[in-house]
Amino acid sequence: MTTLTQISNDTTPSGGDRPKPEWRKYFGFSHDHKVIGIQYLVTSFFFYLIGGALAAAVRTELATPASDFVSPELYNSLFTLHGTVMIFLWIVPSTAGFINYLVPLMIGARDMAFPRLNAIAFWMLPPSGLLLMSSFFVGPASAGWTSYPPLSTMGPVAGELIWILSVLLLGTSSILGAINFIVTIWKMRVPQMGWNDMPLFCWASLATGILALVSTPVLAGALILLSFDLVVGTSFFNPTGGGDPIVYQHMFWFYSHPAVYIMILPVFGMISDIIPVHSRKAIFGYRAIAYSSIAICFLGLIVWAHHMFTSGTPPWLRMFFMFATMVIAVPTGIKVFSWVATMWGGKIQLNSAMLFAMGFVSMFVIGGISGVMLAAVPFDIHVHDTYFVVAHFHYVLFGGSVFGLYSGMYHWFPKITGRMLNEKLGKIHFALNFIGFNLTFLPMHKLGLDGMNRRIAEYDPKYATINIICSIGTLLLAVSTVPFLINAVRSWFWGDRAPANPWNGLTLEWSVSSPPPVENFAVDPIPACHPYAYGKPPVSISAPQPEPVST
Amino acid sequence: MTTTTSTHLTTTTIATTEHQHPHPDHRILGLYMFLIAEGMIFVGLFVAYFTFRAVAPGMQGDLPKLELMLPGINTIILVSSSFVMNRGQSAIKKNDTKGLQFWFGLTALMGATFLVGQMYEYFHLEFGLKSSLFASTFYVLTGFHGLHVCFGLILTLGVLWRSRTPEHYSEHSHFGVEAAEIYWHFVDVIWILLFVILYLL
Ligand SMILES: [Cu+2]
Repeated sequence: MTTLTQISNDTTPSGGDRPKPEWRKYFGFSHDHKVIGIQYLVTSFFFYLIGGALAAAVRTELATPASDFVSPELYNSLFTLHGTVMIFLWIVPSTAGFINYLVPLMIGARDMAFPRLNAIAFWMLPPSGLLLMSSFFVGPASAGWTSYPPLSTMGPVAGELIWILSVLLLGTSSILGAINFIVTIWKMRVPQMGWNDMPLFCWASLATGILALVSTPVLAGALILLSFDLVVGTSFFNPTGGGDPIVYQHMFWFYSHPAVYIMILPVFGMISDIIPVHSRKAIFGYRAIAYSSIAICFLGLIVWAHHMFTSGTPPWLRMFFMFATMVIAVPTGIKVFSWVATMWGGKIQLNSAMLFAMGFVSMFVIGGISGVMLAAVPFDIHVHDTYFVVAHFHYVLFGGSVFGLYSGMYHWFPKITGRMLNEKLGKIHFALNFIGFNLTFLPMHKLGLDGMNRRIAEYDPKYATINIICSIGTLLLAVSTVPFLINAVRSWFWGDRAPANPWNGLTLEWSVSSPPPVENFAVDPIPACHPYAYGKPPVSISAPQPEPVST
Repeated sequence: MTTTTSTHLTTTTIATTEHQHPHPDHRILGLYMFLIAEGMIFVGLFVAYFTFRAVAPGMQGDLPKLELMLPGINTIILVSSSFVMNRGQSAIKKNDTKGLQFWFGLTALMGATFLVGQMYEYFHLEFGLKSSLFASTFYVLTGFHGLHVCFGLILTLGVLWRSRTPEHYSEHSHFGVEAAEIYWHFVDVIWILLFVILYLL
C-alpha cells in the first residue's frame, strides 16, 4: 500500500490523497479517459432513468386491458423510444463508459490510443439523445425500435427522420469508440502483458469493439436507404414501388443481433473480473472464457435471420440460422460453467457487487435457455411477436446486462470516486431490483405462450391478472432505483474514503490510488502476477515476475 | 478490509527515464480500422443491391443500359490518380515538398475531373432518382461514393494547404500525406468494385 500512495503523490497536483473535484471538467471536452468514462456512465444512467420512465408509462397503460392511460398512437411511440433509449443511450454507452474507464488502467496505459477521438465519440451522445427526446414535440417515431418498413415510412415523417438521424449519430459514436477500444487493447498494453495475461474484461472489450466496428456500418447503410424512402419517396423497401422490405430486415438484424453481444459481452467481461475477486479464487478456465468471447464475436455475425423466421425466409435458410444460433449457446455456456466453477468452493463475500453478479448469472441463464427455445424454428413461429419474446430479451438485457452493469458499479465505484458505497442500501437495491425484475418479466413467458401479442395497447381481458402482476413488478423496479440513486449521490460526496484496493483485487486498476491520478501510472507498471492468481502465495514486492502464474 | 493480502498487488517499477515517453502514434492503424467500418457500409449496400436484383419485383428482367464511354474514362482517371498520388508520398520521403505539391495537385485535379464527369453523367442519364428501383440504387451507390471522393479531395487539398508551411511535412513526419493517400486508395478500390457491379455485371 505504501508504494501505491507514493505513486499517486507523484502526479497529483494538489499533493493530497484526493485531488480537488474539478467538477467543471466533466462538462467539458476532456481528453482524459477517466473523465470520459464517468461522462459516459453518468449520461447513460440519466437516459436509463428516461427509458425507465417510458417503460413505466407503457406498463401503466398495460395495467388494464383497455387503452385508457395514453392514446394508442402515443403508446406506440412510448415503446419505440423505450427500446431505442435503453439500447442506444443506456446499455451501449454505459458499457463504453466502463471500457473507457477501466481498459487503460487494466493494461497499464496512461490513456486510450486516441484521446481526442474518444472525447468526440462521447460528445455525440448528449446531442443525439436530446434530439431523440425532442421528437416528442413533433410526434415521435412509432414503428418500434426495429423501424421496419413499410410501417416506418407510413407514420409521421419528422419523428421517424429524427429517430434515424439520432441512431446514425449514436452508431457513429459507437464506431469511433470501437476503433479506440481495438487499437488501445492491441497496442497500448504494457510490454510485459501478453494477450493471455490480460484481464478478461479486456478480451470482452476487444470482441465488443470488433463487433461494433463490423456490424454498425451495415445498420447505417440500411438507415440511409430508409431515409431516402421516407423523405425522397424512393422504393428501396416499398413493395408497391418494386422494392423489398425484407432487405431492410436483413440489414437491420445484421447489426441488431450482434448488438445484443455488443451489450452483453462487456458485461460478461466485467462479471469474469468481479466473481474471482469476491470468491477469492482464480478464474476457472481463463482461456476458455477469453477465447469464447472471440468465438461469440464471430458466431454472432452469422445468426441474424433467427429474427426473421416468420418473414418468408426459405426453410433451408431457416435451418442454417437455427443451427448457427444454437451453436452460440456453446461458448456462452462455457462462460456460465466457468463462473459457477469459479464460485464453487470459493470464499464468497456476499456484498452488493457479488449479489448482482450472482443475480446476473442466474437471470442470464434463464434468458439463455429461452433464447435456445426461440432458436428452434417451430417454437419461434408459435411465439413470434408475443410476450414470450419480450420476456426472453429482458432476461438477457435487463437480468443480464443491467444486473451486470450494477454489479460493475458496486465493484468499481470505490475506484472511480474514491468513496465506498453503502452496503446496506446496496442490498436493499438488489433485493428490490431482483424481486421487481422477476415479478415483471417471469409472468410474461406465460402471457406469450398464451398468445398475447406485444406492441399493442389493448388486449383480451383474459390476460388482465398476469398483466397487473407485471405492472406491480415495474413499480417495484422503479422504486428500486431510489436507494441506488441515494446511495450513489450520498456516497460520492460523503461516503467513507476508499482505499486503493478495497476488494484486494489483482488487476492493475487496483494498484493505483482511488481515484487514480491524472496520468494513471507515473511509471509503466509491471504486473506482479497473473490477474487471477487469487489464493496463491503472495508475490514478493520488489522482484519483477516475467512469467505469469498460469491458471 | 485491507489486510496483508494487499501486498499481492504491488507493481514494480522500471527505470524512471521512461517517465515522459510520448504518446505512441497509432493513427495509421486507427485509420485502417475506420476504413474497415467505411468498407462495411459499402459491403452492406452492395449486398442489398445484389439481393434486390435477385428478389425485388422492381429489378427483374432487363435493367436500363448504361453508357460505358464516360464512366470508363472516369475509371481510368481515378485509378491512375492513385498512382500519381503515390509519387507524392515518394517525394516527401525524399524531403521534396515541391514534388509532393506537384503530384498531390495533379491528384486533386484528377479527382475533381472525376466528379465533374460524374455530374455530367447524372445530367445526361435518361432516368432520375425515383424512376425505378435500379435507378435509386444506382444514384445512391454512386452518390455515396461521390461523397467519399469529395472527402478525399478535401483531404488532399488540406495536405496541399498545410504543405505551404515549410517543413510541415518531412521525411519522417508526414502522417497527413500518408492518411490522405490511404483514404484515396480506399475510395479508388470502392469505385472499381462499384464500376464492375453497376456497369459491367
Ligand atoms: Cu438475435
